This record gives sequence, C-alpha cells and structure tokens, in this order.
Amino acid sequence: MLLDDSNLQAIWLTIRLAGTVTLILLLIGTPIAWWLARTRSGWKAPIGAVIALPIVLPPTVLGFYLLVAMGTHGPLGQLTQSLGLGVLPFTFAGLVVASVLYSMPFVVQPLQNAFEAVPERALETAASLRASALDTFFSVALPLAKPGFLTATVLGFAHTVGEFGVVLMIGGNIPGQTRVVSVQIYDHVEAMEYAQAHWLSATMVAFSFLVLLALYTLNPSGRRK
Amino acid sequence: MIRARFDLAYPEFALNVDLLLPERGVTALFGPSGSGKTSLLRCIAGLEHAPEGLLKVNDEVWQDGANFLPVHRRPLGYVFQEASLFPHLSVRRNLEYGLKRIRKNECKVQMDQVVELMGLRHLIDRRDPSGLSGGERQRVSIARALLTSPRLLLMDEPLSALDTASKQEILPYLEGLHSELDIPVLYVSHALDEVARLADHVVLLAKGRVVASGALNEILSRLDLPTAHLDDAGVVIEARVAAHDENYHLTRLDFPGGNLWVGKVERAADTLVRARVMARDVSIATVAPQGSSITNILGARIAGIQDEGPDRVNLSLAVGDHMLLSRITRRSRDHLGLTVGMEVYAQVKSVALMA
Repeated sequence: MLLDDSNLQAIWLTIRLAGTVTLILLLIGTPIAWWLARTRSGWKAPIGAVIALPIVLPPTVLGFYLLVAMGTHGPLGQLTQSLGLGVLPFTFAGLVVASVLYSMPFVVQPLQNAFEAVPERALETAASLRASALDTFFSVALPLAKPGFLTATVLGFAHTVGEFGVVLMIGGNIPGQTRVVSVQIYDHVEAMEYAQAHWLSATMVAFSFLVLLALYTLNPSGRRK
Repeated sequence: MIRARFDLAYPEFALNVDLLLPERGVTALFGPSGSGKTSLLRCIAGLEHAPEGLLKVNDEVWQDGANFLPVHRRPLGYVFQEASLFPHLSVRRNLEYGLKRIRKNECKVQMDQVVELMGLRHLIDRRDPSGLSGGERQRVSIARALLTSPRLLLMDEPLSALDTASKQEILPYLEGLHSELDIPVLYVSHALDEVARLADHVVLLAKGRVVASGALNEILSRLDLPTAHLDDAGVVIEARVAAHDENYHLTRLDFPGGNLWVGKVERAADTLVRARVMARDVSIATVAPQGSSITNILGARIAGIQDEGPDRVNLSLAVGDHMLLSRITRRSRDHLGLTVGMEVYAQVKSVALMA
C-alpha cells in the first residue's frame, strides 16, 4: 500500500475539514462580501482590512492568538465553556473555527469582486420588475456572480487543505482529530520516512494541480465574448 | 392625475419640481443634458429617494413625508437607456421575469399581445440575449416592462443609445404602444423629433426646474420657450386624412386651421396622422402669392414676433385655431413691415408626416 492507514486517515480528515470550512465560509462569506461590495459605510475599509489580515500575517501569529483566545482563560474559551462545549484547542471544532478565520479572505475577496462586477443597473431593473431586494439577490446577483463563487469555493478549499502553521498551533497532532495531511508530512520527515512523505506530498501536488486546472477550465471569465 | 413634487439637492445639482401630469397619453420630459429629467424620472420610480417629496399616481400615494413605497412595490415599468437585459436569462425568461412577480389579478397585458405588438415572435426562443441587435434588445426590454401591466411606464431616453436605423425601426413600435395600450407614459428625451412624434404633453426642464408644462403644441408654438430656438423648432399638426388625389399622388389632410396637401399617404380616410411643420419651412407673404410652386398656402394672423439671433426672427402664426411657427430673416420682417396682428399668408414648403 502506497498510502497507509494513517495517511488515508489524514487525507480523509483534511477533506472533511476543508469541506466543512468551505461550506461555512460560503454561508457567512456571501453576506459579508455582498455588504462589502455594496456599502457606502465608513466601516467598509476597516472591516475589509480585518478580513484580509490572514493574507499577510504569519499563520503562527493567528494561531497563537486563537490558542490564547480559545484557551481555558481566553474570552472564546470562557464562552464555549459556559455553553458546555468545553475548550476548542486540540479538537476538530477548534480547527474548523481557526480555519474559517484563516481562509476567510480567500472566499470573501473573490465573492466581493464578483458582486462589485454586478452592474447596479441590473439590480435597478430587477427592482423595477417587482423583485424585492432578497429576490433580486437570488435571481440576479447570485447568477451573475457565479464565476466568483467557483473561484471562492476552490480557493477556500485549497487554502484550508494547505494550511500548516495554524493547525500546528491550535490542533497539535492528534490522529483522526487534528492530524491533517500537511502535519502528517511534517511528521514523516521528522521520522525520516521520506518515502511516505513523498507519496503524501505527491498526492498534494497532484490534487493542487487538478484543482487549479479545474478552476481555470471551468471559470468562464477568461474567455468571455 | 399624477402629482409629483420633489426637492433634491446634490453638491453639483438640485432638482426642484412641482408638477401635475395627465394620467393618459405620453408625457415628454424634455430638456438639455443636466436639466434633471432623468433625476425626476428616477425620483418618480423610487430609484432615487428625494428626502422632500410628494408623489401621487391616480390617488395612490407612492411618496409622502416619511412614506416611501420601495421601487418593487410600485406598479410601474421602467425602460432604461440601455436595454439592460439579464445576460443569464433567455429572451423568454427575461420577458417572464416581471410577469411572474405580479399578482394574477393584476395581469392585464398578455404575453402574446406584447410579443405581437413589439414584433418579438422570431426572437422569443433565443437563448442568449447578447446576440440581439440594439433595437431588438430595447424592444425586448420594453416588452418586459409592459408585461408587468404597469399603471405608469417610465422611459429614460430609450432610443438615445441606438443608431439611426434602429431608432427608425423602434419608433413605430412606440407609436403602436401609444394607440394599443392604455398605459400612461413618461418619456425622457433630449431629441425634439422624438417628442414631436410621440408626446401629447410636454414638460420642459432646465437646471432642475420646470420651465413650462402643457399640451404638445401649446409648448412647441410658444416663442418664449427654449424649444423655439432649436434648429428644428416647429409645430405638430394632428390632422385627418381627408382625400386622395390619385392622379398627382397626393393626400389632403384636414386640421382645425385648414388643410394641407402632402405626398400620398397610404391610409384610409379619417385616419388621424401627425405632421410636423418646421419653422424654417414656413415663409411669409403679405399678399396672396401668385404663380408659386408651393401648394400649401394658409391664411394666418401674426400672433407674436421674437428675435432669433442677429439675423433672424421667429413668428408665431394663428391659422384658424391652430398655431404655426415661422423663421424668417430680420431683413424680411422689416421689408414686409410685419407686426403682431397682421393678416398674412403662410407658405408651407414641406410637411413631415410622422405616423
């Protein structure tokens, strides 16, 4: 077997994590992106900047603060404990929360760009044809922003798969819980299991290539009339 | 009646209007760019929210103080300058977009009727609206607005983005609209020929204010309004097809001031047609012209005289109950000694038939 059970477990965990995170991000990222694309509020710049922070911050910095915040004495930790959820660090749920923050800009920004490209005129036309704001959003804005959703989904998923620093800080290295592929590769290398590291890394390379290939093939924005 | 009062102040522009408009026929909002006609239309649609405003359409309040009916709750149709078809929907789905969103009992305009009226039969099964010509796209967008059975149709320079050929292609459809459907239209334009062709009522706007508002000819025949200074100044005559001269291939049109002979019109007797008589095509004689090639010579009384630049003057002429404009040189006025109240002969060099 080229990929042993622990490797397959890591791959499955990674897919589960990335899938969950992408789904959550599409749900909360869409309204945030819509707001950022349409608002004239003074909050647009600061909120946009906060969401973009993970792009520039070393993942360890984000991971460190999340670890502190979600720990027993941190504000998030206090909240989760009072809700009877325990503390999040070193759990799958903790990884999801951290990854959502870490991957947020990679989902929100393409969505925001796509929404900004939806012409105001199309929305006004829909309103003049009796569509309420919500109706307009679903019947006009979403379909017109479809390429942005494809990009956002792929980038959000791929970035979550590729994260390492945040996972190590928040999740540690618990098999089946928090040991994702990137951490597993690191473990193999530490243990001098280069063959194993190779197979897993090669799988990642192939996966990433296929994802990007799919993105560039399916996204029609590059070949519009 | 439609009552519209709006106060809107931008740093560069202010709109300040108080209007009473007829709830029948086509009302043109006419003025140069920057006069506020589009802003006024957008305020009426609710696309612009004038903080100070009152809007009543046939006793229904759309805006008043704190009340502001959102755009999608107003029973109106809006046709933008560019057709604004939804690119992700087929032609048919575009047409159905508004239709699906009105209540069944509000539906007064049928799909078949509109498809016929706007000549869309061969286009309706096109999947991608981006393949349509400019004129076709605009016809689809007008049809789409009509299918919401609007109680008021707002059109914002629907022809100005089109080339001359597409304009000519689409104008008959707009005229058909006028006669086929009983929907009041507010039509924004800066082209006098469109206004002359389509409008029944005209609101003249300049710098965000109403300069004048009245029946089409009442406005077109006034010397003190900016319309009289345009190159294509002139009046519109609503006339009845009275008789045909088969031999010379001419048609006689009767109107309250007399009659005009024009090139043969292929219309049945008693049909109403619109003819445009430009001020520059009307010359004046003080005695009945003899041996003139001009067919249409009408007895007229000079109702007003106003200078038009250093070399020319505009005259308004009463021909029976009808008014004409004439533009002649200042020298001719002085040589002929023309004064207000004088009885003269108006020689109409050409008549442009519009429908």
